[in-house]
Amino acid sequence: MTKNIMIVGVGGQGSLLAARILGRAALDAGYDVKVSEVHGMSQRGGSVVTYVKFGEKIYSPVICKGEADVILSFEQLEAARWLPYLKKGGVIVTSEQKINPMPVITGAAEYPSDVIGKIKDKDVTVISANTLELAREAGSEKASNVALIGLASGVIGFDEDSLRVALTASVPEKFLEMNLRAFELGIKARA
Amino acid sequence: MKKLMIGNEAVARGLYEAGVRLVSSYPGTPSTEITEYAAKYDEIYAEWAPNEKVALEVALGGAIAGGRTFCAMKHVGLNVAADPLFITAYTGINGGMVIGVADDPGMHSSQNEQDSRHYAIAAKLPMLEPADSEECCSFTKIAYELSEQFDTPFVLRSSTRVAHSQSIVELSDRNDVPLRDYVKDASKYVMMPANAKGRHVVVEKRLLDLAEFAETTELNKIEINGSSLGIITAGSSYIYSKECFGDSASYFKLGMVNPIPLKALRDFAEKHDRVIVIEELDPVLETQIKAAGIKNAKGGDVEGKNLLPLLGEFSSELLREKILGEKNEYSELSDVNIPMRPPALCSGCPHRGVFYIFKKLKLNVFGDIGCYTLGAAHPLGGMDTTLCMGASISAIHGFNKIRGKESERKSVAVIGDSTFMHSGMTGLANITYNTGVSTVVIVDNSITGMTGHQQNPCTGLTLKNQPTYAISLEAVAEAAGIAKDHIRVVDPYDIAALETVLREELEAEVPSVVICRRPCALLKYVKSAPALKIDPEKCKGCRACMAIGCPSISMVDGKAVIDSALCTGCGVCTHLCRFGAIGGNDND
Ligand SMILES: Cc1ncc(C[n+]2csc(CCOP(=O)(O)OP(=O)(O)O)c2C)c(N)n1
Repeated sequence: MTKNIMIVGVGGQGSLLAARILGRAALDAGYDVKVSEVHGMSQRGGSVVTYVKFGEKIYSPVICKGEADVILSFEQLEAARWLPYLKKGGVIVTSEQKINPMPVITGAAEYPSDVIGKIKDKDVTVISANTLELAREAGSEKASNVALIGLASGVIGFDEDSLRVALTASVPEKFLEMNLRAFELGIKARA
Repeated sequence: MKKLMIGNEAVARGLYEAGVRLVSSYPGTPSTEITEYAAKYDEIYAEWAPNEKVALEVALGGAIAGGRTFCAMKHVGLNVAADPLFITAYTGINGGMVIGVADDPGMHSSQNEQDSRHYAIAAKLPMLEPADSEECCSFTKIAYELSEQFDTPFVLRSSTRVAHSQSIVELSDRNDVPLRDYVKDASKYVMMPANAKGRHVVVEKRLLDLAEFAETTELNKIEINGSSLGIITAGSSYIYSKECFGDSASYFKLGMVNPIPLKALRDFAEKHDRVIVIEELDPVLETQIKAAGIKNAKGGDVEGKNLLPLLGEFSSELLREKILGEKNEYSELSDVNIPMRPPALCSGCPHRGVFYIFKKLKLNVFGDIGCYTLGAAHPLGGMDTTLCMGASISAIHGFNKIRGKESERKSVAVIGDSTFMHSGMTGLANITYNTGVSTVVIVDNSITGMTGHQQNPCTGLTLKNQPTYAISLEAVAEAAGIAKDHIRVVDPYDIAALETVLREELEAEVPSVVICRRPCALLKYVKSAPALKIDPEKCKGCRACMAIGCPSISMVDGKAVIDSALCTGCGVCTHLCRFGAIGGNDND
């Protein structure tokens, strides 16, 4: 068994931490793990993708089209952009946040309407919530990534407790409480 | 202990465990984090050099002194360091030396897609290529043993996927390798013709020894699975191959990619009905294998680039399609137009206003490499050239020499602080020395931004965050011969002042340097001003403020609005609004 999880969003949204938490959980569970990271140019507000793969033995860190079990998306449009990477029967867990890309800002393109609805029309299971709002409630918008992991906790292959342990090991002490709150709010929003 | 590490962190761990004493590098994606992680070990002296040539020479000096040393760079950095690279093969080392180079197939963050393996062949240096983090660590350590055994630097090549993917590494303790004695030896370290002739003999002999070593080293791994398909591969291409073909093919995985073991490869090829060389970028292995007359079991040619592209990054999906003719199945939103999301200058970026003024003045812009390269994108869109680091200043001089006064009055070179220290200074010396009249704009954001905030000789801090001498750009310009009153410093948030200064300096019939000074908005110590607001009553929806391509401003129902979560209050947009609609938080 190999589990393929993609984390997609906009550069600067905190996908690195989300990937590290999942990587840590997989390591703790005794799996072989590979996690790809994005550094450099694309961090500057571009579309970014991070892969987390775990199982008995992992070779390529890259997830290709039609291979992702779960896509965790920090932004609606990014969920749509990376949809082709989802496996048949896979799940998209997305924040309802919208961030205008430069072509929309300059008026060269429009932000498509009802993106989540259109993805659902493709017979794809979508779990969504306003994770930015959940994070704000927890104490900082920065914890939106952790709220998303809470939201995805039923489908990413780890129980809530393992995720809590991995989270605790991955964030600095002084932000831990706030992040744990965001995580719990994400779990609640799942229902 | 086991730890998840990106390849670059694992190389740094390997340096630590190998007892390395000195690391000198210049940042460049995807190699940067090796040096950042190395700097975290107290046992390793680590520094940012102003460029890759300096870094490699520092490492060589340290190795001659008898310690184990390292330098890292991205693929194009090796071009800059090529001069000392070639000479290291002649001098050899004393303490072990490894040169880390990271290629970027697919150009995630680069201006080209060159294949560093050519350098190993051309410079006659051995090269290792790890395929995951565990190998990044273990190959690094082995490279030091071999470096000292064969008296040569080893090149450690990786690629974006290996450098930036985390996988599991088994950690060991540091091996505190003692310093070797330093003995003066002109015949080895003074490379003038008489000595170099002797050393060239050593280089050729060593290469033969290394080729012999390659035939049996455990760095190369053979895995036999039947006799129908044999794959010859290395590094990231190995992991894609393994993912695609699993146990249905045999593998000859090269850990040492220069020199390659032609006898063992012949033996492997002749055992398989079909043999494919799978390598990203250039057919470096394939060409050598074919030139050696190696054939498959049926006497047929070895395959490779007849099936696979020279361009871009490989994946298991690509191999499946090109070799097996199978396509992955997936669904997409074919009926929805999904706008691209290219990288852009950040909110509050001090470079933004500079490009706005360039465009307003309709200038020819000779760009350089850094965050400000993003000024080439729409809507700022004002760049004529971006070549390689430092080339803005040298190229504008050539352009102006050809096109004369008219061009001098409407052309600028634009370069960052780190890039100026890297290779801009020599271009400036060329302008003043050769009676040039070009205008050079240094966008000094007090950091090396593009590669993720590294210190540089202008910032006053070392890699280990120790306070140090900060080189003054003004003083450098003056020393290079720019007249004092044509060295101008402006705050790039004040675009009105910037425009005035630029007009004056473009008119001047002497060379000038305009320093736009304002630290990067993402630096921790930079406190942003309160977000600005647009008064919907006053906004006429004219879109003038959209001309700076600020991610914080967008049009909603015909009016411009500012995203308060993103806005840093830089105020550049306020200069653009003719209706005074943009103001501070108290604006009402
Ligand atoms: C020869 C070479 N080395 C390294 C790099 C990687 N690189 C790209 S831009 C850059 C430095 C940018 O810093 P600076 O000039 O200060 O501009 P900023 O990004 O801060 O605006 C580096 C190191 C490169 N492209 N070429």
